[in-house]
Amino acid sequence: MPVTISSRRLRSGFAKKVKEISGQNLQLCYQCGMCVGSCPAASKMDLSPRQIIELARLGLEDEIANSSTVWTCASCLACTVNCPRGFDLSTLMEAIRLLTLRKNIDRVRPENISPEQRRELPQIAMVSGLRKFTG
Amino acid sequence: MGLAYYPGCTLKARARNLDEPARASLEALGIKLDELSKWNCCGAVYSLAEDDLIHQVAPIRNLVRVKKQGQDTLATLCAFCLNTLKRANLLIKQNAEKRGTINSFIEEGIDYAGDVKVIHLLELLRDGVGWEALSRQVKLPLRGLKAAPYYGCTLLRPREVAIDDVENPSILQDFLKALAASPIDFPESTRCCGSYQVISNPDDVAEYARVVLNSASVKGAEALVLTCPLCDYNLGRGQKELIKKQSDFMGMPLFYFTQLLALALGLDPKVCHFELNYGGPELLLRGKGLLS
Repeated sequence: MPVTISSRRLRSGFAKKVKEISGQNLQLCYQCGMCVGSCPAASKMDLSPRQIIELARLGLEDEIANSSTVWTCASCLACTVNCPRGFDLSTLMEAIRLLTLRKNIDRVRPENISPEQRRELPQIAMVSGLRKFTG
Repeated sequence: MGLAYYPGCTLKARARNLDEPARASLEALGIKLDELSKWNCCGAVYSLAEDDLIHQVAPIRNLVRVKKQGQDTLATLCAFCLNTLKRANLLIKQNAEKRGTINSFIEEGIDYAGDVKVIHLLELLRDGVGWEALSRQVKLPLRGLKAAPYYGCTLLRPREVAIDDVENPSILQDFLKALAASPIDFPESTRCCGSYQVISNPDDVAEYARVVLNSASVKGAEALVLTCPLCDYNLGRGQKELIKKQSDFMGMPLFYFTQLLALALGLDPKVCHFELNYGGPELLLRGKGLLS
């Protein structure tokens, strides 16, 4: 995936913001791809978990915003426990989601969940899903 | 006074077949569970953001209530609740600044320092009762039941709140052996079922279920043993789709571990609420002579 890197984009506050919210040092990652190999949802992602880290630390906000990867993550923490560098990718995924949700842009509209599914869903699915997909 | 117990929302509603056999079984084992006299939803997922303290308030309030009741241990059964309560507890224990902010906000009259111990009922069986003692209490050995333990995520990850080895857990296998069942290992036993993604990407989640169910089936499992109500929903929903699409998949009964416990202890099967399970568990049990 070719991306254009310019000094203007690299100065953007995006990398700083995700670092603050996630509490992670993005430079820890050495791009080994263990997160991708551990992730049960990687095949459903348009950008791999490893690519998200690289784009985030370069401050390439638009590339990340155009990807569905952070919304495909289920916070299962398989990447977190397998990372040889101790990088907690689950918190970076959360930080990127929150940058959208905190602008009051929701990913899921509760009224679009079918009445049948609402009857069947365990309560933890509704609570956790709405926590992760709405602001 | 019994052991403080936090059931959580789902066990009071959708997952009564997880909760009720647990209560009855522990009573049979001589352990009294005291449901907290007042509790609130824990929030279901632990907030992963450094700057978000408001979502730590709900789990911490529950832990404060344990202290106020004069108790020091809180047992829970829902895998989501365990994870959320235990992580919030760890945060307040390890971070003095956040501890101060949360305590001053909640105004519960206690400077809570994270000193309540949060345990899962499986840990209570392993560390409090013991597998050998449990096996001596078994009235109906589950001989011949080939059941694959499915751990999911939240009992094992992250490492600091795991109830067993993160990569190679054995607590459910040991539990099944104590009941004289035959645990079946399979490679996807700790793989995520898709979790809350089911409200956003249900087709993807059905595919994750297919991977888990086929993997257990190939290894010879007749049933999956679960601990989490969301795993139960996702794997149950997923297999309904799979039966339609894959002609060699005949369905896989899903059990909560507490149902097998109650059955093996010789309790009235009505307490198990098998009618709430996916995949026809009663048929399998009757075939094994474990249910009349």
